[in-house]
Amino acid sequence: MNLFKYFLTIFIIFNLNISHAEDIDLKNKITKNLRCLICQGQSIYDSDSEFANSLKLLVDKKLKEGLSEKQIYNYMKDKYGQWILYDPEFDKNTYILWLLPILMFIIGGAIIFKLFIIRKN
Amino acid sequence: MKIKFFSILFVASFIFIFFVLYKGLQNPNIYKPDANYVKDIPSFYARIFNSDNKINSEEIFKEDKFYLVNIWASWCIPCRDEHVFLIDLSKQKNIEVIGINYKDNKKNAKSFLNKFNSPYKFILEDKDGTMSIEWGAYGVPESFLVYNNKIIKKVVGPLNKKLLLEIKKIIQ
Repeated sequence: MNLFKYFLTIFIIFNLNISHAEDIDLKNKITKNLRCLICQGQSIYDSDSEFANSLKLLVDKKLKEGLSEKQIYNYMKDKYGQWILYDPEFDKNTYILWLLPILMFIIGGAIIFKLFIIRKN
Repeated sequence: MKIKFFSILFVASFIFIFFVLYKGLQNPNIYKPDANYVKDIPSFYARIFNSDNKINSEEIFKEDKFYLVNIWASWCIPCRDEHVFLIDLSKQKNIEVIGINYKDNKKNAKSFLNKFNSPYKFILEDKDGTMSIEWGAYGVPESFLVYNNKIIKKVVGPLNKKLLLEIKKIIQ
């Protein structure tokens, strides 16, 4: 019985570590996708500015409150605008950004198809 | 025919890329926060500076009254420059100045207030900076003009004479 308790305690401790690690992974993922607004070209994760450090704490707080990743992005977008997100959403300002590569891929594919495959035949 | 098509395509894509890059050149790449917006104030529960009491945001902000929420710190040099304007505003009848003490040392903040006088009706503590983030702030100093539980004006950086006149015009 004592041995069972011993194993159970170890099992619980290891499981706690796993859930904590997942939290850190998610926090890192979120902070890597947030732009540090006062330091150019750095994410919140990379930066050590006062602004970035406060934001890291806030992301931690929001995760503990039970907000999902998307809810946190929406919260930040509401406070600081679309610019804070590294991964912009599809809307009327960003549709060219999202559609142009697909369009170029299709046009390029069509040119290659016409030049090489049809000519071969 | 084919050569003509490709040369037109080449010229068109060249013009397109030139146009996009030229447009991009004119845009400043320094981020400017959008200062003209109306947003709800965040709800919070914060410790009052230099006391053990905590206060709810609903207890601070009443309807039909103007508030200037000012984020400051004793270590922030521009905060000293704007202090005279805050003192001026605190003497106005229809506005209350509320301070948020950002990541500051209590002792230094106290001596700052003793030296320059306090324009604040009361001051909230923001030890880790998260409350300022909830207000949508970038750093210190920063001020928010609040009316009817909405932020109607945001000032990033220190207040100056022009901004003071602008605020006075709004609250009259």
